[in-house]
Amino acid sequence: MLKTRTITLNLGPQHPSTHGVFRMVLTMDGETIVDLKPIFGYLHRGMEKLAETRTYLQNMPLTDRMDYICAMTNNLAYAITVEKLAGLEVPERAEYIRVIMAEFTRVVNHLVAIGALLNDLGAFFTPMLYCLRERERILDLFEMTCGARMTCNYLRFGGVAADLPEEFVPQAREVVAGLYYWVDDLERLLTTNEILLARLQGIGILPRELAINCSVTGPTLRASGVPYDVRRAAPYSIYDRFDFKIPTLDEGDCYARYLIRLAEIRQSLHIIEQALDHLPPGEVQAKVPRLLRPPVGDAYARIESPKGELGFYLVSDGGISPYRFHVRAPTLINLTVLPDLVRGLRIPDLVAIIGSIDIVMGEIDR
Amino acid sequence: MAFVSDLFVNSWNWIAVQLARFLPPWAAELVMMFAGVVVLIAFLLFMVMLLTLLERKVVARIADRIGPNRVGPFGILQPLADTLKLIIKENTEPAQADHWVFRLAPAVAVTAALMPYAVIPLGRGMVGTDINVGVLYVVSISSLTVIAILMAGWGGCNKYSLLGGMRAVAQMFSFEVPLALCLASVVLLTGSLSLVSITEAQRELWLVLVQPVGFLLYLLCGIAEANRSPFDIPEAESELVAGYHTEYSGVRFAFFFMAEYINMFTVSAMATIMFLGGWRGPFVDQLPVLSVVYFLLKVHFLVFLMFWFRATFPRLRIDQLLSLSWKVLLPIALANLMLTALADKVAHRAGLSRMASAGLLLGSNLVLAGVAIATLYLVYERRRAPSLSRRYEIHWH
Repeated sequence: MLKTRTITLNLGPQHPSTHGVFRMVLTMDGETIVDLKPIFGYLHRGMEKLAETRTYLQNMPLTDRMDYICAMTNNLAYAITVEKLAGLEVPERAEYIRVIMAEFTRVVNHLVAIGALLNDLGAFFTPMLYCLRERERILDLFEMTCGARMTCNYLRFGGVAADLPEEFVPQAREVVAGLYYWVDDLERLLTTNEILLARLQGIGILPRELAINCSVTGPTLRASGVPYDVRRAAPYSIYDRFDFKIPTLDEGDCYARYLIRLAEIRQSLHIIEQALDHLPPGEVQAKVPRLLRPPVGDAYARIESPKGELGFYLVSDGGISPYRFHVRAPTLINLTVLPDLVRGLRIPDLVAIIGSIDIVMGEIDR
Repeated sequence: MAFVSDLFVNSWNWIAVQLARFLPPWAAELVMMFAGVVVLIAFLLFMVMLLTLLERKVVARIADRIGPNRVGPFGILQPLADTLKLIIKENTEPAQADHWVFRLAPAVAVTAALMPYAVIPLGRGMVGTDINVGVLYVVSISSLTVIAILMAGWGGCNKYSLLGGMRAVAQMFSFEVPLALCLASVVLLTGSLSLVSITEAQRELWLVLVQPVGFLLYLLCGIAEANRSPFDIPEAESELVAGYHTEYSGVRFAFFFMAEYINMFTVSAMATIMFLGGWRGPFVDQLPVLSVVYFLLKVHFLVFLMFWFRATFPRLRIDQLLSLSWKVLLPIALANLMLTALADKVAHRAGLSRMASAGLLLGSNLVLAGVAIATLYLVYERRRAPSLSRRYEIHWH
């Protein structure tokens, strides 16, 4: 028997498939991963501390930069928390606009996640670019509404920054109709491809119990067979008015997570259609003081962001800026299961697993 | 007209005649030999440039993009710009690199990639030298690439390079075997190891028509040999950064790049010669200059297939790749060789006509394909049986 040693391989922070600046110290026995130690903080911008020195409204752009793919849902989570803290009402039309934007963001995120996963598996940029092309159409809608494509900074406490432009609704309908078609197209490209099945099925199985114990949320949890979705479990905004279904799969592997995202895109499109149909006229912004001074107290509110349960915890001392600003970032918590998933697998599997749990470093490090 | 009808060969002979006027015969021969080498290398470098541009354009179109279009009309000068960039870039070398191994590796890679062209006929009468063990020569030379890759993987003193190099060696060794077996069945049918005679033997019938299984196997193994997607595991960029050439920059990187594209061209050229009739095509006997056109068209068709695979397929994992080679491709290639030998023998004994024996060979090949597919289906279905709980049914709540 030859005497062998494990080697330590440093994956990241500069590595093509760590989705940003994530670093993993791998202990490898040949090509097999024995242990993994995640190290993050390379994108730490001190957001939570920074927020304590800025007014409530000034913190809104900060949230854009957490999960930079889904600015709208971050805005939504923060706005809901501040509204809960200050006891603000939101006009009906603004609620509908928020739902439309949040669901469009979910579509954007899932497209990027699927595209990046397939790209990491080695399908050289084609599926990725198909996804990004569709994402552009949604970003066009964002741009016409709030002037920005990624860092939207669109929501305000008690409403949204601006009403929808006139051409938004017809164009949004067009985009939704097109997306139904393109998601089918994307699914036809690779979903039943034998190589994809060989690479994704049975890889990175996240058991139901482990997922619950580690408080994993979002598509990653639903792919492990737990029908938990904040939109259903604790409806916020006006989600109780829409008809939508929550998909789950029992397998819990990378392929299940891939399928869940495709299914959720279609559900989101369904919600958007309903919201566009019932969009009421009226104000989009309630009367809110310029400089918000919420009463002394604290508030926690959560939403189903595309990546999982995104929560904000705010403490007010009655001043113009939060006393404490804490974020429950879904991807940070989803990432905690990573070492358990990869043990005994190989580097290519690790890449597939990271792609399928869909991390974004802006949110993990804040 | 007679001169133009076989332009390349005639100009070559004309130059040789002119040289012989004022040089002693041995000197003229020597000059012509060097000229041949220079022409071949120049041709291949031109092909590499063309292929890089083609690849970017094709992959871009598949991905619904336009591709390079800034340098020159339709971006056709892009390869020149890329070459210039690579030449003027700094050659970095890691402080702990194994100096000589690190510096030698790119040269070895390119040399090994260029050498097969000594025997590959690019058109009628256009071959460096027609040795009678051409197939053997090409197969053995192309495995030299492994050494270059291992040198690069080791010399860079980088764990990613090392992993890439190790993977490359494992992969290329395992695919060499079924690849050689596929070529062996062609050799068996044509009765020659010389690439020129193999081309000649396909005057009536391309071998792909009697050996479809062999052709597909060869293509698969060839793509794996050339490290192209979906078998581009040694340089899997999303896993191993750039694999064995992670630490290379500038011209040295360009050498690896060139070697990869030349290898791709070699694989396609070999497939063309062995299965698609080489430079043969309609009217090639009347107008021999067409032979180059036919050859390049066939090669580029195969190259296009590789681009297509690269643009759409995910890549396999290294262990899946190796088991594909040893457990699937190798048995099929072996069975193919035995069945071909048997069918050929039967055809000879029975004294069948050429067409009838070709039919018999094709029939046996198709039976083999059917049996192989059925076996694979049964085996893989059974392997999936324990995991039948994984049905991937979406439950709606």
